[in-house]
Amino acid sequence: MSVMEQDSAGAPARASLLNDPKARGVFYQLVLIVALVTFGYVIVSNTITNLERQNIASGWGFLENTAGFGIIQALASYSETSSYGQALVVGFLNTLLVAIVGIFFATVIGFVVGIARLSDNWVISRLAYCYVELIRNVPLLLQIFFWYFAVLRAVPGKREKWSFFFDSFHLNIAGLRGPKPIWEPGSAWIAYAFIIAVVASFFIARWAHKRQDATGQQFPVFLTAIGLIIGLPVITYLLSGMPMHLEHPVFVETGPRIRQGFELNVGFNLIPEFLALTVALSIYTASFIAEIVRAGIQAVSHGQTEASHALGLRQSPTLRLVIIPQAMRVIIPPLTSQYLNLTKNSSLAVAIAFPDLVSVGGTVLNQTGQAIEIIGIWMAVYLSLSLITSAFMNWYNQRMALVER
Amino acid sequence: MAKSDVFQIRTEEAPLLPAPISTTGIIGWMRQNLFSSISNTILTAIGIVIAYWMIAPFIQFAFIDAVWSGENREACLPEEGVHAGACWAYVKAYFPQFIYGRYPTDEIWRVNIVYILFALLLVPLAAPSAPLKKLNAILFLGIFPILAFVLLTGGHIGISFSTWVFVALLALVGVAIAGVQMFVGGRDLNGVMPVLVGFVGSAIVLGAVFLFVSVNFGLTEVETPVWGGLLVTLVIAVTGIVASLPLGIALALGRRSTMPIIKMVSIIFIEFWRGVPLITVLFMSSVMLPLFLPEGVTFDKLLRVLIGVTLFSAAYMAEVVRGGLQAIPKGQYEGAMALGLRFWPMMYLIILPQALKLVIPGIVNTFIGLFKDTTLVLIVGMFDLLGQIQSSFTDPTWSTPSTGHTGYLFAAIVFFIFCFGMSRYSIYMENRLHTGHKR
Repeated sequence: MSVMEQDSAGAPARASLLNDPKARGVFYQLVLIVALVTFGYVIVSNTITNLERQNIASGWGFLENTAGFGIIQALASYSETSSYGQALVVGFLNTLLVAIVGIFFATVIGFVVGIARLSDNWVISRLAYCYVELIRNVPLLLQIFFWYFAVLRAVPGKREKWSFFFDSFHLNIAGLRGPKPIWEPGSAWIAYAFIIAVVASFFIARWAHKRQDATGQQFPVFLTAIGLIIGLPVITYLLSGMPMHLEHPVFVETGPRIRQGFELNVGFNLIPEFLALTVALSIYTASFIAEIVRAGIQAVSHGQTEASHALGLRQSPTLRLVIIPQAMRVIIPPLTSQYLNLTKNSSLAVAIAFPDLVSVGGTVLNQTGQAIEIIGIWMAVYLSLSLITSAFMNWYNQRMALVER
Repeated sequence: MAKSDVFQIRTEEAPLLPAPISTTGIIGWMRQNLFSSISNTILTAIGIVIAYWMIAPFIQFAFIDAVWSGENREACLPEEGVHAGACWAYVKAYFPQFIYGRYPTDEIWRVNIVYILFALLLVPLAAPSAPLKKLNAILFLGIFPILAFVLLTGGHIGISFSTWVFVALLALVGVAIAGVQMFVGGRDLNGVMPVLVGFVGSAIVLGAVFLFVSVNFGLTEVETPVWGGLLVTLVIAVTGIVASLPLGIALALGRRSTMPIIKMVSIIFIEFWRGVPLITVLFMSSVMLPLFLPEGVTFDKLLRVLIGVTLFSAAYMAEVVRGGLQAIPKGQYEGAMALGLRFWPMMYLIILPQALKLVIPGIVNTFIGLFKDTTLVLIVGMFDLLGQIQSSFTDPTWSTPSTGHTGYLFAAIVFFIFCFGMSRYSIYMENRLHTGHKR
């Protein structure tokens, strides 16, 4: 470079503008912008003419019109006279519910299976291997169909039931029924007791940690916390005069045939669509999580295990204190994308008519023809869910990441 | 040293004793892996019980109670009080539909030729030791799709005049750019050869393709709504992956570009498609895409789905390829630049051959995902393998209590064979490719 500058006496040698990387870069980007703008313009103008031709008014006004269709599971108040906007909110809440429940169970099953795959026990590790390979090589939609049509449609009809867990849970074609806690006045104390127990356990854990750092003495934090979190609410429950009782579902076996079966709105009910969807989603995603967990644990070098054994830690503290914290760093990023996948896959609800966002939106789309607005809402919701989840997971990942000196 | 008369020196080696029976053979293996401790023994017992719970009913259903032949539902109806077994007779009766959909029976040989060609070209392409990889890839990725298109649809597509104008324009643009480079940029003919070959060559190839699909070979036209079953599954999955590969490479390069706008556009595109579920993409392509087109232009339903699937998987493909690009050491880029290569020759000759080889397992895994996801097209009213099976349940001739279970089992087996096979292949390639990059 310096030689060239000397030669041209101050002015750097310039190639023709055509071969100047900077100029070319600007040119290519301009071409891209022009192409994109043209493309966008053509699409928008086509869409406007097409909408005009089909007499569809664009805009968000339709959200306030009366929906006129029922939704079988609504977490917010909803009736047929509610608006399309409310219907979509109900659908969105159902999506969230499925995603959260699914993520919880998928994580639990996934970790258990992933650790089982590394078990020394041949039978257990083979079982886990078969689970993973069988489940993740079969399409999720097929599994949802299997659980919905082949399992939950094959259970007894409306006027019969299968009971389990000491006759407290019942399964029939209308879904899973179970006891529902009924909170009476005064039951808020139980909630307060629970919160106090959680906070107290947190501080006890901190105190125990400090004491162990200072003196080396251990304190049974886990058992204490369990005792507090279960015990305190139970004691409050007894002391405050038992302000809560369980409402068991009522099964009518006599009387007119139309009235037979479970009474509506008594006890706790999970509709079969919800069951099939969450079971399928959890089991399917768990098979991927299991592989992630296995890979993460295997990524921790064996020397770590040996070193912690040499320090005198047993198998379980080794896993809990040495292996898992290190494995988590490898596990978390792919785990995040599995959580996102599960959330996105919950849109398959539409195949079994569980009223999630896509399913409700599809109904609204069919009734109003507002394709662009509905699809826009879908995309916006899923995109923001994705972005929020990955932002949260990035934050968590940073906390867990290796602190380097 | 005390002297003693009694001493013994062993003059030959002691015979080697076999290892204790409890540490070798099947017993030793079992002691070590199944019953090494009390808790392990309990785990083994639990595992065996679980395995029995799973396997026994399956074998009972799929083999022991199964009905293997019959003409209609009568054969598969269980006797009173007996559990129904799998109704394989129904699968046998419906097998052609599951494989070809409602493709006209007289024309099925065309589908078969496509299947056979596909297998014949894919196997040598996938086997690392087979020769003539380049020719094979051109045949598989370039010639085969067009041939398959003509065979499956019947060809004889009317090509509009504006399409030919577009092809001519493409060639003209190439000549124009070359001209500018020659007269303004001061390059000689050799210098503008790549541009000429790129533009004019692709115009010629495009023209040849359009000519080929517009020729009447005397094949009956088979419209896509009658396609179905495995045919649709494979068409969507293979087209989706093959078409998304170039797009994905372009997006991956764009995402690593130093030009800010190109980088931003690529990132937005990739993150957008990766952030939304495939089902909304399918809804979009079947409901929204028609709105985007000018009046009078309509797309086939299958084509609309293919566009959606391609854009969707291109985003995933881009991330896979980006992983490969990142794995190439910086020295490779610098070496290429030091040799005086421009961007495209550098990518084409140095970087991409290495990067793409590295990401073969990733591409196969994307393909597995896409293959499973093709089942979603049944929600927008197309009949892939699962859709075809699902729709066959409504047939009263075969309506038995076990028809549904049998159909799902069959679908699961087909998907499992494909996906498991591909995942084994991906693992095999990963191990093979690993050798050179292990440090």
